Amino acid sequence: MASLVQLTRIGLRKDLQLEWRSKDALNAMLFFGGLVVVIFSFVFQPTGDEAREIAGGLIWVAFLFAAVVAMNQTWARELRNQVLDAYRVSPASPNALFLSKALGNFVFVALLELLMAPLFVIFFNLRAIGPAWQLIPVALLGTWALVVNGTFFSALSIRTRSREMMLPLILFPISLPAVIAMVEATTTILSGEGSGPSWPGALAAYDVMFTTICLMLFGTVLSAE
Amino acid sequence: MKNKFTIFATLTFALMAYGLYQALAVAPTERTMGDVQRIFYIHVPSAWIGGLCLAVNFLASLVYLLQRNQPLGRKADALAVASAEVGVICATVVLVTGPIWAHKAWGVWWAWDLRLTTTLVLWLIYLAYLMLRRFSPAGNAPLLAAVLAVFSFADVPFVWFAIRFREYRGNHPKPVFGSEPGQGLHPAMLKAFLINLLSFTLFGILLVAVRYTLERARQELQERRLRIALDPEIRAAQEVTR
Repeated sequence: MASLVQLTRIGLRKDLQLEWRSKDALNAMLFFGGLVVVIFSFVFQPTGDEAREIAGGLIWVAFLFAAVVAMNQTWARELRNQVLDAYRVSPASPNALFLSKALGNFVFVALLELLMAPLFVIFFNLRAIGPAWQLIPVALLGTWALVVNGTFFSALSIRTRSREMMLPLILFPISLPAVIAMVEATTTILSGEGSGPSWPGALAAYDVMFTTICLMLFGTVLSAE
Repeated sequence: MKNKFTIFATLTFALMAYGLYQALAVAPTERTMGDVQRIFYIHVPSAWIGGLCLAVNFLASLVYLLQRNQPLGRKADALAVASAEVGVICATVVLVTGPIWAHKAWGVWWAWDLRLTTTLVLWLIYLAYLMLRRFSPAGNAPLLAAVLAVFSFADVPFVWFAIRFREYRGNHPKPVFGSEPGQGLHPAMLKAFLINLLSFTLFGILLVAVRYTLERARQELQERRLRIALDPEIRAAQEVTR
């Protein structure tokens, strides 16, 4: 019997390989994210200090929208040819399936952020006043916060009518505190001011809490009739 | 059953009418805010019922998740729907009456205050819950909704924390009961408030009970339809009549 880690790795490898060959999700997500950045810079035309104040919010909104585009496709592949039904009857742990999907989405969204962040820097003339390296742990924690719930809710909405519309409707309200924390943490670093509470700490707590809940409930959702 | 319901409903409405009379006519006018302060007799009880309903929704959802295939599970699901809907209505009342008061008292309709923002976010979360129920096929809705209810409830402390520490200038009035001597509510105000709190609580229970009964009836109808569809004898009989 393969272990959870092994199964997760196999699933993740399969998803990454498929994505590498088609690049469907990544292309759609990148183009969409790029459009959002361009629209934002048209609308706000920010400069200097003003850009630092609002960039944290804009970046994360752009990532959030783009991530939804990708996460909506998470389970589409498994629905064709009843692959999901095969998963249900297989003795493999449902959590391995969930983790591989969530990690796959994490890789896609992190890649998107890596490619889109320079775009933001160029369009908004950004230069961090605080320690810029801290943006990396904030981005990792924030991305996981979006992706873990997004992957789960995407599975939740498989059976609903107009399922692509459903994901943002349930993901955005639940993610609001995480989004606030990401934006605050980013703005603190960019503008180099503000002490306040530990926003990365709050994000980490959010991640732990919701990862636990996702793992506890995913089996139930997967086997729902 | 029906009799008990009628008595309970009559008592509730009588008490609500009495509470309204107390709030509008008997309780003294507040010195600085004037008559607009009277909105408080509706605002606070609604917030209380709303919060209570969301707590009931969470507990009912947990019971459903644990007892899914038992009769108790179906009852819990009916309670979850009923309390979520009533909770959202109460939160709507809170979010409507609040700005009406704030416009007069603060000069603005809205402030990004801790209580206001938290209420707004919770309202959004539970609207999403109702949307999910509405968009799910009948057989799946209870489970999917119960799962989302667990997420929603787990989100509450994070919502509170995120808004609390965002340096919003909070100017929502603090609770005025039992504070230092010389402060607090005028006895007539307190009386009006307590009567309204009681009558709104009864009204909330009434609404949840009505919705619960309706949902149970719907569940039974659905089960009956299913049984008829699966019963070969009935189907054969239907073929003959056709």
